[in-house]
Amino acid sequence: MYDIKALYEAHSVEEAVRLRVEHPEAQIIAGGSDVLVQIREGKRAGAELISIYLMDELRGISLDEAENIRIGSLTCFTSITNDPIIQKYINVLGEAVDQVGGPQIRNIGTIGGNTCNGVTSADSASTLFAWDAVIELTGPEGVRRIPIQQFYLRAGKVDIRPGEIQTAILIPKASYENCYGHYIKYAMRNAMDIATLGCSVNVRLSPDKRTVERARIAYGVAGPVPLRASTAEAVAQGQAPSLALADRFAKAVLEDIHPRDSWRAAKDFREHIAVETARRAFLESVRLAGGELA
Amino acid sequence: MSKSVGQSKLRVDAYDKVTGRAEYTDDLCAPDALIARIVHSTIAHGMVTGVDTAQAESVPGVVKVLTCFDVPDRPFPTAGHPWSTDPHHQDVADRLLLNRHVRYYGDDVAVVIAENEVAATQAARLVKVTYEEYPFVLDAQEAMGFDGPPIHEERPDNILAHTQIRRGDYETARQEPGLIRVEGWYDTPTVQHCHIENHICYASMEKGRITVVSSTQIPHIIRRVCGQALGIPWGKVRIVKPYIGGGFGNKQDALYEPLCAWLTTQVGGRTVKIDCAREETFVNNRVRHAIRTHIISYVRPDGTLAARKFECFSNQGAYASHGHSIAAKGMGAFPQLYPCDNIEADAYTVYTNRPVAGAMRGYGIPQAMWAGECHLDDIARKLGRDPVEYRRQIVMPQGYTDAFSKNCNYYDTFNQVMDKGMAAIGYEEKRKAYANQTGPIRRGIGMALFWYNTAVWPISLESSSCRMVLNQDGSVQVQTGETEIGQGCDTAYAQMAADAIGIPFEDVHIVSTQDTDVTPFGTGAYASRQTYIGGFSIQQTGQMLKDRILTYAVELTRQTRANLDLVDGQIVRTSDGQVLMSLGELATEALYSLSHSQHLTAESTYQIKNNAYSFGCTFAEVEVDIPLCKVKLLNIVNVHDCGRLINPALAEAQVHGGMSMGIGYGLSEQLLFDPKTGRALNNNLLDYKLSTFMDHPHLQALFVENPEPTSPYGTKALGEPPACSPAPAIRSAILNATGVAVNQTPMTPHVLFRAFREAGLFQEGETAHV
Repeated sequence: MYDIKALYEAHSVEEAVRLRVEHPEAQIIAGGSDVLVQIREGKRAGAELISIYLMDELRGISLDEAENIRIGSLTCFTSITNDPIIQKYINVLGEAVDQVGGPQIRNIGTIGGNTCNGVTSADSASTLFAWDAVIELTGPEGVRRIPIQQFYLRAGKVDIRPGEIQTAILIPKASYENCYGHYIKYAMRNAMDIATLGCSVNVRLSPDKRTVERARIAYGVAGPVPLRASTAEAVAQGQAPSLALADRFAKAVLEDIHPRDSWRAAKDFREHIAVETARRAFLESVRLAGGELA
Repeated sequence: MSKSVGQSKLRVDAYDKVTGRAEYTDDLCAPDALIARIVHSTIAHGMVTGVDTAQAESVPGVVKVLTCFDVPDRPFPTAGHPWSTDPHHQDVADRLLLNRHVRYYGDDVAVVIAENEVAATQAARLVKVTYEEYPFVLDAQEAMGFDGPPIHEERPDNILAHTQIRRGDYETARQEPGLIRVEGWYDTPTVQHCHIENHICYASMEKGRITVVSSTQIPHIIRRVCGQALGIPWGKVRIVKPYIGGGFGNKQDALYEPLCAWLTTQVGGRTVKIDCAREETFVNNRVRHAIRTHIISYVRPDGTLAARKFECFSNQGAYASHGHSIAAKGMGAFPQLYPCDNIEADAYTVYTNRPVAGAMRGYGIPQAMWAGECHLDDIARKLGRDPVEYRRQIVMPQGYTDAFSKNCNYYDTFNQVMDKGMAAIGYEEKRKAYANQTGPIRRGIGMALFWYNTAVWPISLESSSCRMVLNQDGSVQVQTGETEIGQGCDTAYAQMAADAIGIPFEDVHIVSTQDTDVTPFGTGAYASRQTYIGGFSIQQTGQMLKDRILTYAVELTRQTRANLDLVDGQIVRTSDGQVLMSLGELATEALYSLSHSQHLTAESTYQIKNNAYSFGCTFAEVEVDIPLCKVKLLNIVNVHDCGRLINPALAEAQVHGGMSMGIGYGLSEQLLFDPKTGRALNNNLLDYKLSTFMDHPHLQALFVENPEPTSPYGTKALGEPPACSPAPAIRSAILNATGVAVNQTPMTPHVLFRAFREAGLFQEGETAHV
């Protein structure tokens, strides 16, 4: 039995925005795999809820005219993993969200909820950071699009303004074209776990596969919100892929990450894992891109 | 003759359980029951100075708020042991229903009773408790002589108990020239049982008596404890135990039944339900004792043991519960598994401000095997010997008899189980293949033995009682005081009963529910006792019923009793094998006869004054990813000699479950506490890393079936043994792979990170392409 004060159900974006304006204190609920847990824990006990779960228009993945990928915010993890567009252009995202919880959670949990919850450990977030995703929000004033790095304000807090809901996550064509990536979720279990550290790397190689044109790397749980390791990216850019480059790339992440000491894991341990996962994810990305190590 | 025993009969409750038709405590509770929510202390040690209930009482739906100032001042024991009529052997009575002196973070201070769960939860958050805080201590050794108010006034040094074993002359023996000294400290964590169904109970009153329906392993013991806690005659309490979703020892304790029984008396006998949240199951039920063990062995160059010292410090937590029994059982294995003439052993059980430790699958043996088997590997390594080959030299030999329990190692079990395990996992080839590895990813193979003994004789009572009633159609109801807790004893009992009476398995109707008003007395599910112990009374009672049936058959068939037998539900003339009539025909006649109507039943108690060893081993193969500090379990094999298998499929399932628990114990499970407050940090199933089946390889269960001579069915313990040896076997495999001996379990990546870094293993891995 959940301590819920009221539940308002929206059937369209318009209705959701109206409910948001009418009930500014109400919490948005999508699949509920975060919100219901928080209510049970007492953190949001007695809350009013606006459910957007019935809004099928926010489900599904498509390419727009400019071939940008558009992921509806209510698309569940299972659907993302199984989607042909995702598999063709950004398979790593499908692999990453396939590591969330267990099958039941992946059927109910949505990518919009995963990002709006604002936690650093979200399995989708580091890959979305590493692929320069754009967050689309719709509110009383219309549509607003911002880079995902600006969407995360601080731990547990994202930039959703009064009256707004998140409606889509976009991956621009320039961001995914010819890119290949790999995500390593480092957790204590092989299922039903949150990441101790999440590392997502992707590379774009030159047509002859001999040069790293662009390398991007993002982490979850290496700071209060997901973050990019730009020093490492700069180290790899324009270089020939090699084991030695992988080592330099990996060690450079220490310039940018700042994991904390907590009872869940120590800082020095997280740093150690961050370096090793960066190295492995880089090498795997190069391999997926068809590169050979010099 | 034997038709059912030994076959993999389908569980008698299989269809009901997989379809969701089986009814558990919460399914049976009336929907209008009052809901009780417990207010737990937010300090680890201190005295409650006041409880302000005004705000809580104003929440709509709240019926009553009761506090530690309201409960009877009558300390009671909770351990699920058979009661001892000798006051010196009775369990320690050291807690009240709610406690003013709070002794761990989460102790029970007050209760809100409300019309529904939301109101109860809201109100519980509004109860304001004020405390006088005392210093607290979480570590057993630090608690011994801790400078602060004692956790229980009766034990100023916080030591609940200290016992010792002395054999030969350790001090003199260790002076022998040329001895090799091996010493180690071995740590085990606080873990929890994590049964699927949280503890739940509800209580109500009728005709001045209290009925408690509870998810428990031990209904008859719970009846006694409720009577003691409330100060009422035990017969005024009735306990009903329906199907339960696992217990693993947590429910071998009076948990919230006494409190629930008292609550119903405070609300005019209305039904009150206490349904633990998972967070409460971790902290407010029972946990496994964290035990730190120190072992010193003096070994001759030829491997023989000259002298050995053993000390263990068992973290009891805040209340006595099963207390010293756990550490004592663990210590008891030490002189037996690897006999040595000169032994000095000491076990201490110490109160701390942690959650209460009680019974948990293995009852001290997983901790003792962790320490003892890790240490054996350390000796073998120092001697340059193979772990298996070395164990063969010094392990308890065939024919060994323990002076106290009179248990005898009738067979060459240890060598047999090792042979079988080695062959199954390919031990010798892999041991060779994995020598001298380099690189970041390495494989290893290892093993551990375990010692276990069935049941509790001669420390405590062992008896079982059984009732059988013949139905009109020749089928038979069977009742025992022993409880089905998911392990499958109802099915094993039905098989035994079928053979004892001489009827088909399908004609046995086992009564799964125990109701202390009608069920024969039995102490319940613990100590891996039930299949062994229950077998005695089932066999005896089955014989009695059969005898009564055949005596009645004499009247109907005009044959001599000596020539009659009951075989597969038929009355048979043994002289020529002629089937004279079916049992169904006889039963109908017996109940409806106008000349001689008779209700054919049998009921008996069998007191067992024997016990049985139940030994085995684990072999494990791992792949260690050194840079990622991760262990992947590639293969794991348990081999058990639990006597004859009553039901091979159920036996295998039992071993799978125990291996899974052992894997978690070795690699991932640990309840963590905040050193600043004493609060449990990860008392939920996300942060407490119970392993999933994604973390397991195929679990291979093998058996050596040496029939146990003292059992009518040749059987002995299998419930707890499978959880005893996986952890040290995994440690042995990691040691084989990396050369790093880890002395604390669980061997998590956090632990391995420090161990590998200290061993200098990280440099070489860094440039290899993994």
